[in-house]
Amino acid sequence: MPQLEQIHTFLGQIFWLVITFGFLYLVLWKAALPRVSSILLERQERIDEDIRKAEEFRKEADEAVAAYEKLIADARSDAQDLIRAANEKLAADAAARQDALTDKIKADVADAESRIHKARVEAIENIQSVSVEVAQAATSRLIETEVGAEDAQAAVTAAIQGRS
Amino acid sequence: MATDTHGGEKHSPLQQFEIKELIPIEVAGNDISFTNSALMMVITIALICLLMLAGTRKRAMIPGRWQVVAEICYEFVAGLIRDTVGNEGRKYFPFIFSLFMFILFGNMLGMVPYSFTFTSHIAVTFAMAMVVFVGVTILGFAKHGLHFFSLFVPPGVPIWMWPLLIPIEIISYLSRPISLAMRLFANMLAGHTLLKVFAGFVPVLGAAGILPLAFVVPLTALELLIAFLQAYVFTILTCLYINDALHLH
Repeated sequence: MPQLEQIHTFLGQIFWLVITFGFLYLVLWKAALPRVSSILLERQERIDEDIRKAEEFRKEADEAVAAYEKLIADARSDAQDLIRAANEKLAADAAARQDALTDKIKADVADAESRIHKARVEAIENIQSVSVEVAQAATSRLIETEVGAEDAQAAVTAAIQGRS
Repeated sequence: MATDTHGGEKHSPLQQFEIKELIPIEVAGNDISFTNSALMMVITIALICLLMLAGTRKRAMIPGRWQVVAEICYEFVAGLIRDTVGNEGRKYFPFIFSLFMFILFGNMLGMVPYSFTFTSHIAVTFAMAMVVFVGVTILGFAKHGLHFFSLFVPPGVPIWMWPLLIPIEIISYLSRPISLAMRLFANMLAGHTLLKVFAGFVPVLGAAGILPLAFVVPLTALELLIAFLQAYVFTILTCLYINDALHLH
């Protein structure tokens, strides 16, 4: 086994081990490891900073959302008030118009009734006068007796009133 | 890997572990030649430095592919130390990170055909384990002084058991570097040898060579897992030893 046979190489192996490992140790200790460590530290700081910023932005966004929601709520309640006021006004107007219309209809109805009444009275009077003439003509034709206007009038009136 | 360049010599599955001199260097009678093992160490640290420095060059807030890999390695080891040692472990992070990357890349590069696995050599793994062991022991004494010896007294044990338990604890403490070194060395050695043995069957069996080949493919995947796992185990044990030294029990 060369590991145990080539004993004369032991010193050389250890010599070169010390040289190379010593060199490697110095390079890593003085140059490479501080550099990697600073890179990692910088990155960690950057990440922490970014997280802090993100937290800030989130807070701002939350505030903006809250303000927006308050605005919406205010607008909604204003709108409710407006709608309620408009509804009330409309209802009042409608009621007023309804009353006015009712009054007008009542007046019209009363007017129409009085006109009907008058027409009826007139009609009855007309019928009376026509009836008087008819009664005079009928009597003169049937029994050849002239009935005086007053008698005929009285008889017709009595007949109408007796009927009615 | 199966072909033998040394004509006539019978090739053994262990040949891949042979250390070859590339540039002979001798200082005061000591052989410190630049070998294939040293070359792999240099490639290993070059790749780690490339990943960790070039990969993070842009210092991008949103990382690219290489930067992600570098960051994952960093956070993996950092998490490991945080979980085992806690916050006091931060001081030892550069060392543990270097250790993890060095072993991980060494193991992984060893999986490349024709390359060399320097972590399959007991000299290297034992040297690393001894650095950890001696370092942790010094750390323990520096932090707790002579009170560090209380590490060898298991808590909540009656006094008459001490003569039995204290030697056991001391032996287990002293065997830490051996087990640490052996685990990594033996895993790399066994895995690579097994791969080589089965790969050696492929050309020998001709058409039936498809069978060992079918075995070698999942075995390679397993070896890649082990390459990572052993680096992880070495690192986490180092962390646990540091934790022991810092908090005693």
